[in-house]
Amino acid sequence: MASSQTPMEDIMRQKITQALSPTALEIFNDSHLHAHHKAMKDTTSQETHFRVFITSAAFSSKMQPARHRMVYTLLKDELAAQGGIHALQLRTRTPEEDEKAQAKEAV
Amino acid sequence: MNPAMLSRTAFSAAGQALRPRRNPLLSSRFAALQKAFISSETRKAIDKAVGTAPVVLFMKGTPETPQCGFSRASIQILGLQGVNPQKFTAFNVLEDEELRQGIKEYSDWPTIPQLYVNNEFVGGTDIMMSMHQDGSLAKLLDEKDVLVEAEGSETSTPSP
Repeated sequence: MASSQTPMEDIMRQKITQALSPTALEIFNDSHLHAHHKAMKDTTSQETHFRVFITSAAFSSKMQPARHRMVYTLLKDELAAQGGIHALQLRTRTPEEDEKAQAKEAV
Repeated sequence: MNPAMLSRTAFSAAGQALRPRRNPLLSSRFAALQKAFISSETRKAIDKAVGTAPVVLFMKGTPETPQCGFSRASIQILGLQGVNPQKFTAFNVLEDEELRQGIKEYSDWPTIPQLYVNNEFVGGTDIMMSMHQDGSLAKLLDEKDVLVEAEGSETSTPSP
């Protein structure tokens, strides 16, 4: 089997899925929008900037910073690695919150 | 590290009184932090930085010339909210490598920018943005009394 074109995204998906059993998980790779940044001049990775939408019951009764920390902890190594994840945008919702938000957006 | 070495940028409120509050590092939920690697001097310097003003943003670049889109967005949000420049300080982590690494451990948060209000960690850009949108940031900033006075209240009736 050919090696994945998106190794970082695969790792993220695997770790988040395993730890948080999300009911919805969307990962967007925005790296191409940032490739010209000065901070990116020494990296060849195509997977540096991510936007991740996670809906999981594991976030219930947790404040936003706590939720983000859960994800940061999962991806600790990937965030710390040289040429790893440089920027990580998170949207963390519980299934109930997601339902409400979607109802609102639909109006 | 001398706290004075932490580079303060424009908007900083000169002579803003330090109002040390309950040290969040003493609370049990930060117990894990005590295992962190940053030196106690760095920690003290950051303690002091966090307490420089009621609203403190650790960012890349300066409010006038942010060096990162997320830092730029954070400054824009604080501006839209009407944060009083007298009650605001920004620290440019790009000017101080010790601060740049130290603040990540201090806050247990791996990315910049980071917002503190009254010594309490609030979050990064995503959290600021969602709080901006759902109104909770306005509520928080209003409760902490860090917004510019509404124009109406300044043009009070002249005294006779």
